Parts: sequence; structure tokens; C-alpha cells
Amino acid sequence: MTSNPPIIETRVPPVSEPLKGREATKAVRKAFSHPIASAVVVLLTVLWTIPTFGFFLNSLRSKENVYGSGWWEWFAHPQVDLTNYHTVLFSEGGLVLPLVNSLAITIPGTIIPIFLASMAAYSLAWMRFKGSDIIFFTLFALQVVPLQMALVGLQRFYNFGAHIGSVQIFPGKFFGGLTEIWLSHTMFSLPLAVFLLHNFIAQIPESLIEAARVDGATHLRIFRTIVLPLSMPAIASFAIFQFIWVWNDLLVAKTFGGSDASGQPVTARIQLLNGNFGAHQELLAPAGFLAIIIPLIVFVCLQRYFVRGLLAGSVKG
Amino acid sequence: MAASSSHVVLASTFSESVSKLAGVLEAVGGFLAVLLIVFFVAGRVTGRLQKPLAIIICLGPAVVLATVGLVIPAINTMVLSTTNTQASGQKFTLVNGKLVPIKAKFVGVDNYTFAFTDPDTRSTLIRTVLWIVIVPLVTVFIGLLLALLTDQMKRVTLAKSLIFLPTAISFVGAALIWELMYDYVGPGNPQTGLLSEVVIKLGWHNPPNWITSSPLNTFLMMIVLVWIEVGFAMVVLGAALKAIPEEILEAARMDGATGITLFRTVQIPMIRSTLIVVTTTITIATLKIFDIVYTMTNGNFNTDILARDMYDKLFVTNQTGKGSALAVILFLCVLPLVIYNVFQMRRDRATR
Repeated sequence: MTSNPPIIETRVPPVSEPLKGREATKAVRKAFSHPIASAVVVLLTVLWTIPTFGFFLNSLRSKENVYGSGWWEWFAHPQVDLTNYHTVLFSEGGLVLPLVNSLAITIPGTIIPIFLASMAAYSLAWMRFKGSDIIFFTLFALQVVPLQMALVGLQRFYNFGAHIGSVQIFPGKFFGGLTEIWLSHTMFSLPLAVFLLHNFIAQIPESLIEAARVDGATHLRIFRTIVLPLSMPAIASFAIFQFIWVWNDLLVAKTFGGSDASGQPVTARIQLLNGNFGAHQELLAPAGFLAIIIPLIVFVCLQRYFVRGLLAGSVKG
Repeated sequence: MAASSSHVVLASTFSESVSKLAGVLEAVGGFLAVLLIVFFVAGRVTGRLQKPLAIIICLGPAVVLATVGLVIPAINTMVLSTTNTQASGQKFTLVNGKLVPIKAKFVGVDNYTFAFTDPDTRSTLIRTVLWIVIVPLVTVFIGLLLALLTDQMKRVTLAKSLIFLPTAISFVGAALIWELMYDYVGPGNPQTGLLSEVVIKLGWHNPPNWITSSPLNTFLMMIVLVWIEVGFAMVVLGAALKAIPEEILEAARMDGATGITLFRTVQIPMIRSTLIVVTTTITIATLKIFDIVYTMTNGNFNTDILARDMYDKLFVTNQTGKGSALAVILFLCVLPLVIYNVFQMRRDRATR
């Protein structure tokens, strides 16, 4: 595996004997900065956690309580009432199917870009040819295209196909609803995906690739047997990123998911419910919590990889 | 009775779910199989054709998809922005099963003139500028503060994780979470929103209905985005600070630099390029922000911003020409940032 320089080095705790030089300044600085700094960090952490925490507590309260008092009253009268979860999940137009839809959109919407983007990143990093720089920078710059801008054209392309003059070169209604969404997510992810993976793949030691080439391996073989396995950390981080992004997307889903509830992912469903639930506020918290829990779990479990991938693109040591 | 009917619903939902997921696995399997076959067949080819073929196979799909999904629609939108197209962006419409071109008139810069003169649209533009100035500044400031404070601190993993957590929450989810925070109940009744409760406890007996009072509501929604993005800024900037060689900090301390001086003269300049990248990323994200305003107010109560107004014109009220002009304005706002980043990257790529 690659030996990435460890980004976060563990610092040696100061020893109790008389300190000199670096340790001394560090200890002095620590002593000065600690109390206020800790207080600020604790304060911000609490501020950042309260909204989600309160939202979660509210999802456990009964209808009367949600209406009658603030969620902080939970501490005075702790209760775990799952009725609202049950209603949200299973009553008409419940959230079970939207949750499944979200999975059905997110899994291919993550796997397809991983392969296409890592292939593109490899060829841009290791098969230099005339114009490869231009393609790389154009791809990167395409992240400025606002989704709304692309959606109009894409919708037309899916519905009516492509024409040159009046000659049809691609049939309309070619893809099914889900495929349209997968393709759209793949297209929109490419600028960032190619960029992130390129940064990583370009750092693979040249000697490794050269050695394989001397042994007569073709480019595709090198990609499959050397680049792909070595890029796993970057791919993992992009996969998490893409999973969360696709799961949380509202715009693409609203445009191509159709108005039928049976095809909508959970975000679109919740956004609709937010309008319709004006009179059913007690259902908003459990519905919202069900929608965020899966990306949250993915994120918490794999946070380490996520951070590493973000850093591959933005920090120069 | 209710239980049995819900069981029936559950059973049909279950079977539908299973068949849906099976279809998805099939599709993914098919995709991987095609990829394998292409690799296998192309792997037989050797000699002069090998490299061009490999380039086409590796780069082709990405380039085609990016062209279809991003380049062509972008160009198309620019063309549409100079027309008075009304239908939802279609060049053709189906009449009796035949494709008939929709006649759109060229109107020059009329749509742009509209965007800058129509009072509603103009205040939407001004509000968007407020968003892209305030949100990145505040986010980077708090992120940098946290990164600096936690740099030398021990046992901060939990705090950092908690602050980073909102990154994983969807904008829609975040909007719901903050709607609860900003919940309004008339005075005298028990409050359900934490913000009202706190300000009442602090002595403001008659707080406004937060989400409907302009211009306050715009700033309250900005807080939601700041809340989401700070973790990202903190983590990336924190890593940049860690990457500063200890020798440099040491030398600066020998010269007597501590605290704020050290920070201003050494640490900030050393992480300048990372600061720029983070600010750019957050600015682009802010410009495109749509879901928060869409979910919380749908642009009502004087909160509309460019990305939501554009969505409305393109997909709801069918003013494609005007919506496209807004899209191009948005595009032109982000372009300088990305061009700047490209120049930075070209330097790096050249020196690699």
C-alpha cells in the first residue's frame, strides 16, 4: 500500500523534568491558551450540537407534548414515544418506499461515477497526450455550471433525444426513470470526482508504473492491477462524499423523479411533507430524522477516510 | 383492523422494495460486466493502437457524459437566455405525435435588462450577493478559529466530530432542524422554538415571528448554511496548520512571536493557498444554494435568492428565457473564482 505521510502527527506530551527549547515554548503556549480556548471550543461544540439533538428529542415525544411545549421539557418528563415514527413510516404514502428509492438511486449513483472517474483520472494523470491538460482543466472548471442550468437541457435530451438539424441521432425516452437519475448524478459528479482522484492517482510513484510498463503491461492492465488497488483510500473517500451527496440531493430527484410518490427519494418526500404537514408538526421530526440517519451513520463510521480524501485535493504540505 | 390493513400495505411495500433493489443490483452488475468485457477485449490489442485505444476507453465515457450533461446544456442555456422562450426549455413539442419546433424570438439582452431592472429580481440579486459575501466570510472565520484553537489541544476528537457532523445532513434535513429552532408561538403560550424561548428568558418579551420577518429571516437562513459548512472549513484548515513545519514555528517563537502575532505573521501566510481553496469552495456552494430557502420559505417573505428564483422560472412558471438569463448571471459570478483556481492548479501541475 502507499505510504502516505501521516497528516496528523501525535505530539509527545511534555515531560516533568526541566523543559528546554521547543518543549518549553510549547508548554508555555499551552498554559496561556488553554482555559479560554477550551471554553470557546466547548461553547461552539454545544451550539453546533443543540439543533440536531433537540430535533432528535422532539422525534421521541408524543403529539400533545410536541405541540404543548419545547423539546427541552423532555428532560423534565423523559419519554420514548415511537408512535410518530410508526405513523411516518407506514401510514399512506409512508417513508419506507422513499427510503428504498433513495438507496436504489444512491448505490448505482455512487458506483458508476467511481469507475468512470477513476478511469478518466488515470488517463489524465499517466497517459499524457496533446490536449490532456485542456480536458483536465475544462472538466474541473465545469463545476461552475449550476445544476438548474444543466437540468433543463438534460430533461429535454432524455425526453426528445438528440438532433442535428432535424436528424435524430439519439432516440428520446431511451432511459427509464432510475437510469436517468443515475446518469445525471454521474454527470454532475464528474468534475469533482476526476479532480479528487487525479490528485491522488498522480502521486503514485512513477517507478511502480514504469516497472509494470517495462514488464509489458498494457495501460488498461496497469489501471486494473496497480492504480485501482492503490487508489482505494481516495476512492473510499470519494465514495462517501458521493453517497452523502446523492442521498441528500433534492434538485435532481425533483426534476427526474416525477411527481409520483412511488418513485421519489426520501428528500423529495420530506420536502413535500414539510408543506403538507403544516397541521402535523409532530411528524416532521421523526420524518426528518429518518432521512438523515443513514448518511449520518455512513459518515460517522467512515469519517476518517472522508477527511483524507478532502485533504488530498486541498492541502499542500 | 388498522393493524391488518397496515400489514397488507407493508407486505406490498416489502415486495416492491425487494424487486426494486434487485433491479438496481442487476443494473450495477450489468455495468461492471460491460466494463470487464471492454477491458478484456481491449487488453488483446497491442502495438501502436494500444495507447490511443486505452485513452478512448478510459476518458471517453467521462468526456461524453460531461459534454452531454454539462457543456451542451450550458451553451444551450446561454442561447436560450437571449430568446423569449416560454415553454419549459423545449425546442420541440409533440403535436399529434410529431415533433414541431417551437418558435422562439431572439430578444437580445432583454432578459438581462429585466433581471437588473425588475425590482423583485434586483432585490433577489442583491440578497444573493449578501449570501456569497457573508456566508463564506463567517464560515471561514469560525472554521479558522476552531482550527487554530484545536491545533495544539488534546482530546478534541469528539468536539471536532460533533462540529463536522452537520456536513452529512442534507440541506432539507438541516432546514427542518432549524425550522424547529426558529419555531414561533404567540406570546404567553409555552414556546416550542429554542430561539424564542431563549430571547424571552433574556427579557425580550415579544419576539417576532422569525421566519417571516424580513430582513432578519435571510440572516437566520444563512446561519443554517454556516452551521453545515464550518466543519469542512475547520478540518481542511486544521490539516493545513498541522502541515506547517515545526521548525518554522520554532524559529518564529525564538524571534518572540506568540499568540496573535505568530498567527498573523506566520501561520496565516503559510496556509494562504488552502484558505483560498476553502473560501472558493464555500462561495460556489453558497451561490448554488437552493434547498434551504426552497424548504424554509420557498422564496417568500423577501428571502428569494438567485438559484431558487431560477428554478421557479425554469420549472414552475415556464419563463425559460428569463430563467436562463439568471442561470448565466450565476455562472458568470462563479467563473472568476474557478479561473483563478485553474491558474493556481496549473502552477502546481507544471511543477509536479
